[in-house]
Amino acid sequence: MKKTVRVLYFAMLREQRGLGEERIVTGAATAGELYEELRKSHPFTLPRDSLRVAINGDFQTWAAAVRDGDELVLMPPIAGG
Amino acid sequence: MPEAERMTFRLTDKAIDASALMEGLRDTGAGACVAFEGRVRDRNDGRRVTALDYEAYAPLAVKEGARILSEAGERFRIAAAACVHRTGSLGPGDVAVWVGVMAGHRGAAFDACRYIIDETKARVPIWKKEHYADGATEWINSAAGGKKAG
Repeated sequence: MKKTVRVLYFAMLREQRGLGEERIVTGAATAGELYEELRKSHPFTLPRDSLRVAINGDFQTWAAAVRDGDELVLMPPIAGG
Repeated sequence: MPEAERMTFRLTDKAIDASALMEGLRDTGAGACVAFEGRVRDRNDGRRVTALDYEAYAPLAVKEGARILSEAGERFRIAAAACVHRTGSLGPGDVAVWVGVMAGHRGAAFDACRYIIDETKARVPIWKKEHYADGATEWINSAAGGKKAG
């Protein structure tokens, strides 16, 4: 079943995507499937296991379900300090 | 829980005023005051660094930062602690992150300060892009397929 989600990109992912956020229609069941789907159409170089994902403001695993209306945030390796 | 009000994490796009922040933690019951400043270095891996851009996923950064301070309050006997992290463009010598801890005694103050900066660097969603003198740029920890730097 197709759903519409908002996706936010940060740092290197934002630059590789060429924008900071977008609304997309996806058939992905999980966050991991969504990233793999996005990798097919965008030049993301970072492997999934080096990233973190948040859904609706909280860290989640790649196995987390994607639901209609969700906000997903794709985050490169953290590098604060 | 009174400790909660004495534990703050925030992001700022303005210069960090360390002495004002320390004064904000003032506690006459605390005999120890430890502060850490993380500053922008003018070189990294042998390359000359001219600027560093920081960006954060603010809602989650603030939430995770507050969690870290709360953990520090549970693990160590401290009276107050604060952590402030910069966003935006910084130059060499600028303070990128500041941690301050007040405690009855120095052991807990040092331990909590170390805990807060280490956890912040590992867990709070903030990224930095280095600009080098030769015009090149690099996202730290994202090069070479996400290999982690120290």
